[in-house]
Amino acid sequence: MLSNLKILYHQGKQFIPDVTKAVLPGIFRGRPVISSADADDMAISDLCPVGAIGLKPLSIDLGKCTFCGECARCFPQKIAFTKDYKIAANLREDLIIREGHDVPVEIRPELVRKEIRQLFGGSLKLRQISAGGDNSCEWELNAANNVQFDMSRFGIDFVASPRHADGIVITGPVTQNMAEPLQICYDAVPDPKIVVLAGTDAISGGIFAGSPAIDRSFIEKTRIDLYIPGNPAHPLTIINGLLDLTRKLKKE
Amino acid sequence: MNYLSIKNNQTVSIAEIPETDYYAFRVLVVGMVVSHPERHCVNYFGYQQEESIKLICCIADDFLHVINVLSCRVKASDSLDSLTSDCLAFEKFEREIHENFGVFFKGHPWLKPVRYPVDRADRSETIANYPFWGIESEELHEVGVGPIHAGIIEPGHFRFVCNGEQILHLEIQLGYQHRGIEKLFLEKKKLIERATLAEAIAGDTVVGHSTAFAHVWESLCGFESSADIEYVRTLALELERIAIHTGDLSAVCTDIAYQLGSAVFGRLRTPIINFMQEWGGNRLSKGLIRPGRNPFLFTPELAVRLHHVLDVFEPDFNEMNKRLFQLPSALSRFERTGIVSYEDVLSIGTVGMSARMSGLNRDIRSSHPYGWYGLLSHDPIIKHHGDVYSRVQIRKQEVVQSMGYIRTLLGQIPDGVTPQDTSLEARPESFAISLVEGWRGEICHCALTDKKGELMQYKIKDPSFHNWLALALAVRNNEISDFPICNKSFNLSYSGHDL
Repeated sequence: MLSNLKILYHQGKQFIPDVTKAVLPGIFRGRPVISSADADDMAISDLCPVGAIGLKPLSIDLGKCTFCGECARCFPQKIAFTKDYKIAANLREDLIIREGHDVPVEIRPELVRKEIRQLFGGSLKLRQISAGGDNSCEWELNAANNVQFDMSRFGIDFVASPRHADGIVITGPVTQNMAEPLQICYDAVPDPKIVVLAGTDAISGGIFAGSPAIDRSFIEKTRIDLYIPGNPAHPLTIINGLLDLTRKLKKE
Repeated sequence: MNYLSIKNNQTVSIAEIPETDYYAFRVLVVGMVVSHPERHCVNYFGYQQEESIKLICCIADDFLHVINVLSCRVKASDSLDSLTSDCLAFEKFEREIHENFGVFFKGHPWLKPVRYPVDRADRSETIANYPFWGIESEELHEVGVGPIHAGIIEPGHFRFVCNGEQILHLEIQLGYQHRGIEKLFLEKKKLIERATLAEAIAGDTVVGHSTAFAHVWESLCGFESSADIEYVRTLALELERIAIHTGDLSAVCTDIAYQLGSAVFGRLRTPIINFMQEWGGNRLSKGLIRPGRNPFLFTPELAVRLHHVLDVFEPDFNEMNKRLFQLPSALSRFERTGIVSYEDVLSIGTVGMSARMSGLNRDIRSSHPYGWYGLLSHDPIIKHHGDVYSRVQIRKQEVVQSMGYIRTLLGQIPDGVTPQDTSLEARPESFAISLVEGWRGEICHCALTDKKGELMQYKIKDPSFHNWLALALAVRNNEISDFPICNKSFNLSYSGHDL
């Protein structure tokens, strides 16, 4: 008993008191900022392994970006990745960061279905489906519920059965072999339900886009409520995205 | 000689690899591995060459520190005497070759599908209608789990045949994660695209797989990697080992319902992966390892930080372990649960931790050293019981060992920045092999180039490829309620297996 208490005491305070304002240590590649400086846009776009960089004006699609930082490394005067981890959006177009626009990525409240905030504002139970995910986003979803990030303090939990869930979180580009199980699981979740895509692979297919072993038809035909970019998505991106989607934001 | 002996990370011309007929090839391979525990097959695969299929087999010799490479040519319609009938460790490789090309292996006990790849020889069967092996009996029942599991983990199907609470047989069917990654290596021509693919083979072994890819590619291009480039790879490999082993200790505690251990080990992983982010901008080290260069220098300031991180980590880690291994309730769940014998791990050819748990010394860091491991003179941690306890002990001790290596490395940060060579050109008609000891075990990447120096075949073998069978054997005669703890104590990769 005493040794248990000693261990507990030695851990100190681990939890992040305010997950909306936490500052990440060291370097982190979050929301990029593209300056208006002159640069060879074609050369920048050519660097990208996943074709996330668009031209006229220069833009980065966070739904495709693998956050490798190669563009910022080669053209530091043009592109910089900030430590802003709040990059989840409920409109796919909002993930596209354009030249000269240094504004936060935000959830559009007018596009959130009424029942989401009414029903899931205080409690949200999610079923996770890995459909070709490489286990990095899965690790970070697990981490979102460890003692530091502690997502369950907001009433957001992952549950074992789709029958217990209010929605699904998909990771991975959706492989052909997982397409049917994904559909079955989605159908088993009672209405109303939400669909969240976590990580670049889920949002666009990432580096696997175009692979014949991938089947994106479920993603294309289903209404997506939240896009959480990242490779993998950071736990703070996940938590803030889910909170912003389901809660009414307090305007300061 | 009918085979070629090469070193880890060596490139040779394809023409130098002796090619024999299948009969001579088979005699040679069987002679090399049967009754020789110091030799094992690290990769055996085929690729289409005009009308025929070329098979390449790589046998690592841990005593001589070489890899013997040999080849033969067969036809898709052939029916060949299997290697499996003499050495069970080939069963998975032959199943893979059968699945990809249709070659039939006589005497193979069960040519069960490996992963239902998109380019398989027989497209008429799909993973959805796979007929699981069953036993007709009124006393027995089956339990099906997956592909979607209860936790936040990757998909795979487990089919148990049980007698009451006792597991008689477990069949594992994987393939749900198949993304066609080996083909994408050939289709994507840019180096950064391939490096990104390597990172996605298994997102929990980013450093392991991207180091193997970097080594293969640099070797193919004749690039002499420098001390500072190899330094960060060795350092990152050991940090990855600490992070994942600590996380696994947490997972094992979760599965025996030991809350304190689960919470403490879970939170102890965070400072290590947060350090990876401080260094390279990504908690799982994506973007950290690139062929031919070192994108994120390891500075003396980072060394001070890492020293501090480890100094804070170590007492908490040791205190928690001391408590865990004193708890009778924990020990009774660990000891004699999920045993795999030495004979079994040897015959099925497990690697890494899943071999060392049962007294089989398989560790690339000491047998085929690369990077800075030669200087660290690594001594593998070997256990003998092959149970959950052995696997948990290996994790605990390897974390301590890795901390020692990191502290040694931190005293020897190499000076200078190597000029970054990004215009790497692969040599034509060459073969390269790279072995890396990831935290799970041996990772093997092989690459072959064509006349123009373009990649013609890229073959990845994750340690999980063989080790999944060890899990299936471990749970036999155990209670089904012990399956989770057995599974977590192995923590094998689905995506690394399915590719």
